[in-house]
Amino acid sequence: MSVTPIGTSVRRKEDHRFITGRGRYTDDINRPGQAYAYFLRSPYAHAELRGIDTQAASAMPGVIGIFTGSDLATDKVGGLICGWMIHNKDGSPMRAGSHPALAQGKVRYVGDHVAVVVAETLAQARDAAEAITVDYGVLPAVVDTARAAGAATVVHQEAPDNTVFNWHLGDKAATDAAFAQAAHVTRLDIVNNRLVPNAMEPRAAVGDYEAGEGIFTLYTTSQNPHVARLVLSAFIGIAPENKLRVIAPDVGGGFGSKIFIYAEETVCVWAAKKVGRPVKWTCDRTEAFLCDAHGRDHVTHAELATDAGGRILGMRVETTANLGAYLSTFSSSVPTYLYAPLLSGQYNVPAIYCEVDAVYTNTAPVDAYRGAGRPEATFVVERLVEVAARELGKDPAKFRMQNYVRSFPHQTPVIMNYDAGDYAASMKKALELIDYDGIGRRKRDSMRRGKLRGIGFSSYIEACGIAPSAAVGSLGAGVGLWESAEVRVNPVGTVEVLTGSHSHGQGHETTFAQLVSDRLGIPIDNVSILHGDTDKVQMGMGTYGSRSGAVGMSAIYKALDKVIAKGKKVAAHVLEADEADIDFADGNFSVKGTDRKLDFGSCALQAYVAHKFNGQELEPGLKEGAFYDPTNFTFPAGVHICEVEIDPETGVTKIERWAAVDDFGNVINPMIVEGQVHGGIAQGVGQALLEVARYDAGGQLTTASFMDYCMPRAYDFPNFEVGMTVTPCPSNPLGIKGCGEAGAIAAPPAVINAITDALGHEDIAMPATPMAVWRAAQRSANRLAAE
Amino acid sequence: MYAFTYHRPATARQAAGLLARREDSKLLAGGHTLLPAMKARLAAPSALIDLSECADLKGITLKGRNIVIGAMTTHGEVANSPIVQQAAPALAHLASLIGDPAVRHRGTIGGSVANNDPAADYPAALIAMGATVTTNRRKLAAADFFTGLYETALEEGEIITKIAFPAILKAGYAKFRNPASRYAMVGVFVAKRGPEVRVAVIGAGEGGVFRWPEAEAALKTRFAPKSLDGLKHTSAGINGDMHADPEYRAHLIGVMAKQAVAQAVGK
Repeated sequence: MSVTPIGTSVRRKEDHRFITGRGRYTDDINRPGQAYAYFLRSPYAHAELRGIDTQAASAMPGVIGIFTGSDLATDKVGGLICGWMIHNKDGSPMRAGSHPALAQGKVRYVGDHVAVVVAETLAQARDAAEAITVDYGVLPAVVDTARAAGAATVVHQEAPDNTVFNWHLGDKAATDAAFAQAAHVTRLDIVNNRLVPNAMEPRAAVGDYEAGEGIFTLYTTSQNPHVARLVLSAFIGIAPENKLRVIAPDVGGGFGSKIFIYAEETVCVWAAKKVGRPVKWTCDRTEAFLCDAHGRDHVTHAELATDAGGRILGMRVETTANLGAYLSTFSSSVPTYLYAPLLSGQYNVPAIYCEVDAVYTNTAPVDAYRGAGRPEATFVVERLVEVAARELGKDPAKFRMQNYVRSFPHQTPVIMNYDAGDYAASMKKALELIDYDGIGRRKRDSMRRGKLRGIGFSSYIEACGIAPSAAVGSLGAGVGLWESAEVRVNPVGTVEVLTGSHSHGQGHETTFAQLVSDRLGIPIDNVSILHGDTDKVQMGMGTYGSRSGAVGMSAIYKALDKVIAKGKKVAAHVLEADEADIDFADGNFSVKGTDRKLDFGSCALQAYVAHKFNGQELEPGLKEGAFYDPTNFTFPAGVHICEVEIDPETGVTKIERWAAVDDFGNVINPMIVEGQVHGGIAQGVGQALLEVARYDAGGQLTTASFMDYCMPRAYDFPNFEVGMTVTPCPSNPLGIKGCGEAGAIAAPPAVINAITDALGHEDIAMPATPMAVWRAAQRSANRLAAE
Repeated sequence: MYAFTYHRPATARQAAGLLARREDSKLLAGGHTLLPAMKARLAAPSALIDLSECADLKGITLKGRNIVIGAMTTHGEVANSPIVQQAAPALAHLASLIGDPAVRHRGTIGGSVANNDPAADYPAALIAMGATVTTNRRKLAAADFFTGLYETALEEGEIITKIAFPAILKAGYAKFRNPASRYAMVGVFVAKRGPEVRVAVIGAGEGGVFRWPEAEAALKTRFAPKSLDGLKHTSAGINGDMHADPEYRAHLIGVMAKQAVAQAVGK
């Protein structure tokens, strides 16, 4: 029975349950008397709702209730909210349209919620939904991101030009001055393609109402059940928080899409009281494509100014961000504060100015998706830097190193204060891993076989550990982003940790337990991690933005400090010593300079036996809680290098090699971290080569299934060469920076830089599909022939 | 999915009887097309007649110079059959490329041929090899069997029982997969039988499987990949979608044809 220290690649405790089919997901939960919900969805992207006739449907077999937007309005159920206020350049607040859980007056995208049918079986609910007659007054749709602003078709009257906000960051005058001095300006037009999250487990909800005590329970696929309860209670008005329990049990992947509070869970928990029965809804894959919040969807023009020596002088960025038909929970923060503050990348950029216009369209809402704003920023920065290096005739690695930030702390012109890093160290290690010296030979080998080889870099930085409450509050967040923890020590010395973080694949049951094992000197199997239930964990902010390690574990760390401090009091009492003379190390409380000691388990037992505690000076028990509010964002950074070989005959891009060197600060479990890197790269490569959500001009999603929406497969990847460098994060006690999103942030520009390198610098948009690459290869060949 | 009745006859004759008696019934030969359509409520047969227990529709035999494959033989069985591997290795290779292992162990040759999906692989082999389709009523040459997109010469109540392929060693099949669905975006089957060469293309034609006469003529002169150099298929009549427009698909026909010939001549 030994300790599992921090830094050990111990196997994941939760995996046995998952891989043997014993996970407990929301759809596995069935309540007595449960009924089933089916949502009738709009087949049109934009239409007036002139009338909904549910009479025939209500008489169908098994139907318990059919509800529409007017029923929600009658019950004064509030609309869904966007929790981050963005202000326009002129200081006025953003223009947000209403977002009822069931449509009222209009439907605004294909899949929008028209009515819900609750029936004895799902098939009966579906049959009844087909019998509902809806009188749609079909309207023209606005779909295109770049053309939405000022279009004749208006999505929400509150935003008559379809513009939610015109926002900016940085110093325009200083940036213009930098460009005026530039010896060279690199210009790029960039589309950051819209993506569908596609978690393995679709969303689901079971709403339950216990009439005796008047308590609602919602089981839901959430990354942050406490935030869901807060929103459902304080804004939507389902019930006061003490009468509403939200449980997010095992959740099979989120990638951001399960942060948000959606219409379906809102309706299920409300309808449970309405029909007096538990109500279950499980999303099917088509519904997930249509209605899960999508990611990315930016159109950008970007410019980089450099001096004669190749030093970066300034950056100018204009972005239009498509937020879809309604503002999802955190949508407004993604193309603003999660985006523009990252535009400095790993570089000294003296002046930056960024303007962002956010638009409404008749498409699914767009919100945070793995990386959330940071992949979009990194794509802009790393494409600009790569193209600038090529235009200046410089080696892209050397050009980057020339412009790296080298002293810390470093204040960028766009909010962020980088606290620690060694970017050149990561670059050097990545160059070794990829064998950069041999790239010329490998390119010639490929050419002899009629293939084109290219190499591409990505020196990414992200802001994680989201986030200091004061900082995000000043930027418009509705709530601070601290985290909570409670450490309950049982009388036998086993430990339960209650955390406000939520695990939906991250492996918290292992890594969090490792921290406890390491600090208390007890076996990892003596530690259980509890999360995802508002009745167990008092409050928490959930998991997103690579925050669970840096913020969630720091809260546990802080609570463990208190447990150890209390343990010292108990030990001092038991060992009849002065508290100041008690040391705690290797699981033992000992009296300095003596051999008298008390192991942690015995100390716990004594804390509960409490026979010898006299009077009021020492409380029985060993249980401590803590709230941890970070003092800064964390700044994971690294270098990914991608090497591709293109078959110009077919346009197929094969990733031949991949080197990833990341600085995540201190690492708790290297195996889990490496897995996060692998998964992130796979998602990033998906964006670069394969994935795109396409709407036609009428607003129909033409990639609404895996038949057309192309997900990455194991086949698409080589073995990744993963390396690490470590500069501990100075702003949290564990020195952790976070690793969950790095791969998805780093990968897309590395891939596109490699492809454009192979294609003689011919530009190409994401996804670089075989057809697109084939065309670009022909353009490149024709251009080279002409030159 | 809507409600339906389910039947599992033991012979093709029983299946034909059920098919005649039950209006709006459908044969279930693997279900990879039919079941997803039913789940999406796009198909609503009143009855499913599952052919999986019809022993007389299964198996692979060599009869003279012909390989005879029962309609309910799975893709996996065709791919792994020593008979097919020896007498028509390109056909075994084609079967090994269909879907993934789960699909290959459930999907059947008869189901695929009867559905005549333009992105299915088998029709190319039937046309290029000059196969014969036997039903519970008659025999049809492959060229007469496939009549258009998802259309065949099968009549009401007719069931494919077996498909006979001539043994051909000089043949090859190359396909370019749709990146998302992994179905054939373009597939080319090339077969040389005596002096005759056939080049059949699937995945690309607006009307389903078709032959490429110019490539056949070029290969008849000399059966080698080089014979196809400079030969381009027209993009007229070729499918276009978000993954491949007609021009790109037409180009891929040439690339896949060359790869198929290279396979056939063992290069």
